[in-house]
Amino acid sequence: MSATAPVLDVRDLRVWYGSARGAVRAVDGVSLQIRAGEVLGLVGESGCGKSTLGRGVMGLLPDGSAVDGQVLFQDTDLLKVSDRQLRRMRGPDIALIFQEPMTRLNPLMRIEDHFSESITAHEPKLGKAEVRRRSLEALGGMGIPPTRFRNYPHEFSGGMRQRIMIALALVLRPKLVIADEPTTALDVLVEAQILSILADLKRNFDTALLLITHNLGIVAEACDRVAVMYAGRIAEEGDARTVFSQPAHPYTRELLRSVISLNTTGLHYIPGAPPSLIDPPAACKFHPRCPDAMRVCAQLAPVEQRLSAGQRVECWLHGPSDRIPEGGREPLEQGRIAVAEEA
Amino acid sequence: MASQLIARAGRAFGPVREARGVPRWIVWAGIVLTLLFVVMALTAPWISPYEFDQYKDASGQRFVKQQAPSSAHPFGTNVQSTDVMSRVIWGARTELKVVLFAVVVSLLVGLPLGLLSGYFGGPVDRVLVLIMDALFAFPYLLLAIVIAFLLSDKFGSGVATAAFAISAVYIPQYFRVVRNHVVSLREESYVEAARALGARPRTVIGRYVFQNVVQSVPVIATLNAADAILTLAALGFLGYGIQPTDAAEWGYDSSRALSDAGAGIWWTGLFPGMAIVLLVTGLTLLGEGLNDVLNPVLRRRKMEPVTLPPRAPQEDEA
Amino acid sequence: MAKPTTSLRTYALTRLALVLPMLWILLTLVFFMMRVAPGDPVTAALGGRLPEKELQQRRHAAGYDKPLIVQYVDYLGDVARLNFGTTITDDRPVTDVIVENGSATLELTFWAMVVALSVGIGLGLLAGRLRDSGADVSIRMFGIVVYAMPAFFLGFLAQLLFGERLGWLPTSGRASPEVQFLLPTHTHLYVVDAIIYGDWATFKDVVLHLILPAATLGLIIAGVLIRLVRVNVLQTMKGDYIEAARARGIDEKSVVYRHAFKNALVPVVTVLGLQVALLMSGAVLTETTFNWPGIGFELVRYLNNRDYIAVQGIITFFALIVIFISLLIDFVNAWIDPRVRY
Repeated sequence: MSATAPVLDVRDLRVWYGSARGAVRAVDGVSLQIRAGEVLGLVGESGCGKSTLGRGVMGLLPDGSAVDGQVLFQDTDLLKVSDRQLRRMRGPDIALIFQEPMTRLNPLMRIEDHFSESITAHEPKLGKAEVRRRSLEALGGMGIPPTRFRNYPHEFSGGMRQRIMIALALVLRPKLVIADEPTTALDVLVEAQILSILADLKRNFDTALLLITHNLGIVAEACDRVAVMYAGRIAEEGDARTVFSQPAHPYTRELLRSVISLNTTGLHYIPGAPPSLIDPPAACKFHPRCPDAMRVCAQLAPVEQRLSAGQRVECWLHGPSDRIPEGGREPLEQGRIAVAEEA
Repeated sequence: MASQLIARAGRAFGPVREARGVPRWIVWAGIVLTLLFVVMALTAPWISPYEFDQYKDASGQRFVKQQAPSSAHPFGTNVQSTDVMSRVIWGARTELKVVLFAVVVSLLVGLPLGLLSGYFGGPVDRVLVLIMDALFAFPYLLLAIVIAFLLSDKFGSGVATAAFAISAVYIPQYFRVVRNHVVSLREESYVEAARALGARPRTVIGRYVFQNVVQSVPVIATLNAADAILTLAALGFLGYGIQPTDAAEWGYDSSRALSDAGAGIWWTGLFPGMAIVLLVTGLTLLGEGLNDVLNPVLRRRKMEPVTLPPRAPQEDEA
Repeated sequence: MAKPTTSLRTYALTRLALVLPMLWILLTLVFFMMRVAPGDPVTAALGGRLPEKELQQRRHAAGYDKPLIVQYVDYLGDVARLNFGTTITDDRPVTDVIVENGSATLELTFWAMVVALSVGIGLGLLAGRLRDSGADVSIRMFGIVVYAMPAFFLGFLAQLLFGERLGWLPTSGRASPEVQFLLPTHTHLYVVDAIIYGDWATFKDVVLHLILPAATLGLIIAGVLIRLVRVNVLQTMKGDYIEAARARGIDEKSVVYRHAFKNALVPVVTVLGLQVALLMSGAVLTETTFNWPGIGFELVRYLNNRDYIAVQGIITFFALIVIFISLLIDFVNAWIDPRVRY
């Protein structure tokens, strides 16, 4: 791996937003880095905060949310720039691909208009012919023929709409693409197509890609590195192959065991439900559901450790031993796993 | 059974308590205004200084015609020498009587029709929809005028004919809204599930559909009442409403007051008109407020502002 | 899942075919409503004023001695040929009434609609954009109160203020008697005719007479439009494609104007058809208030005289207008929103 500076460097990001019942700690101290040409998969259960993280990087958070930390995009802290500057970066520098393609296109505008609007918003001096050429090129790369350029969104299927959305996101050649569950709403065949398109990005344009998903299969197939998110924090992060073959964090291990494959004979699941982000468990957030929980896990928040294989993990199982108090290594007596509050 | 129904309807109004901000304020303003007139209507015999058709005082002295507001007649007198204030107060009684009647009748006819037509569908539904749509598209006042006219030919004008004319105009509206709501509910997964489990139509309608539909009824009924008052006043203005000898009616008074404007006499038209505006506004605010509150799409729960606490140092950083 | 867009023409033809049943139902309703009253229209209107023989003749001429079903078929046939009958009381072909008085109403409702659209849509968009601000609440209240005002009350106030107190504007009729006498009526639309006539004083007179009635009716409709537009703007702003546009770096102003407002107005067009019915109802009141010789005014007059044939003719005409307008609105809607075409 090259020693170049990362395209995206998130440092201790916190995103909390308000709700009727209290502050939701969607992202509670997350750090990660993505280099050019690298695909980082962000996995986690629903409600663990991964979508919020994606939106937080783009600055698309709802009113009333509080953010702190640093989000460095090529040395610019996105949390400190003006709204205007941030808007200018959306498109040419960073792009977001959404989950539901069906509703993300304006039903009254032709595809042609969507493209010309996007392009001219950032490059107003461009002539009509050039705008058209670029649009068709981007669409062509997604397999959408020029004959359909003037169609309306409702004339396309879900898979095609997602491809159009991707083309729209890529037409300005952003350096970082954040894909928020891009294939969740699509069937498996279309999913494969989209994934191969995303893989091409890396190959052809050296684009950095943050792929947010709950599907471990996709991660295994398409990602260089993977970060496992739990209750607003990164539990484990490292090279995809390493993490999958030698998971360091119990949560990762349990997740992998829960995956159903052709070899599955019995269903495995993690007891309990994802924790509430309003009132998360104390110390290690996974300890109520962890089969390997120790006493210290309920007392002190784990410290980030760097493992020999190159992973980062936050788990007392990996030390540091000098910080674990007397008797902390005793197994934790779990009460019956209470029916967890809905996240 | 009835208590169950009421309890169910009550549960459906939970969201009222949850809403905050502008909607609540609107609902209360509407309630106050509406209550003002309801009280006025109920206590008319006691609080009104004179009878609605009284044109002389206790000693037999005839009131001065078109007299400006004074201590004896706070709102003045009109061209028929009757006291304007009394007619406004008694008018509240008339308006509310007619409108209540009309809304109840429209509801009693439109709601079940819409419910059944929407749920069972078929050719009957299609025909009904066509008829109701045709009636709905027609200018409501023309419809009301013609019906009121024809009814009064047969039955004489009065509270009942006015009420029936108005309810006929609004039945299509209730039908449409209820039917469309039921049709969309019919496609919901939980209704489908219930039917798959073999629930009888009566259960499905009673338990699932009704509770949902009931939520939209108060809004429509309130907004409808507001409209109905305008229709009644319009009928009265044109002369097809209630006759002045039967009861006081604001629309009729306004029609007589029109010619007064040229002579600069403002009190005969201002007070009945204001009464209409205030009552209709009150009902509309009530309806709109309820709509804001009960309609989940637009409801905005108040967000508590969030402050990030300073980062906790690592616990063992001694 | 992909659907090709039907051409506008196919849509129009299909729609036309579908509207015929509705038209038929309306006409049938009108026909039977007019025959609810006991006796026949001729007797009702002229009974007691003419000798019985004369009455019988008229009855026969109007076809009221034929069996009901024949009358019904005749009626439908007449409507198809746009023959709305002849009034009993003053022996005018209803078509004449429609042309002369109808154009007065047309002029009034047209300008009222102009007022309603500009005020209503403008304020509605503003209110939606500035949600929950002081301006939003005031605009909403304005919309509610204005709609709560009956046309005759608003007219009364207008006449009091602008007519009597300030003396700026006339409060009755379409034009001063002299102008009425002199103006040659080509189109029966006085504003247009005055322009053709070319005289400034005449034009001014006609326009001044138009201001109060059109403003009164227009404001009331604006009240409804404000709330409608506002709600639609709020709904639209929550749309997924709005967020997606922001994510592509489109500036807020463009997002609001090009995406939100335009999409918000589409459902308004649909409801515009209903506003026309409202407009016509309001026109009846406004015409009576301002002595505007429109078709609503005439309808009331004929009703009072129990001239049921006239009433039937006029109401039939209204039914046709309603259908026509709803078709037009559907057509415009399909033109704007390509998803609607079958």
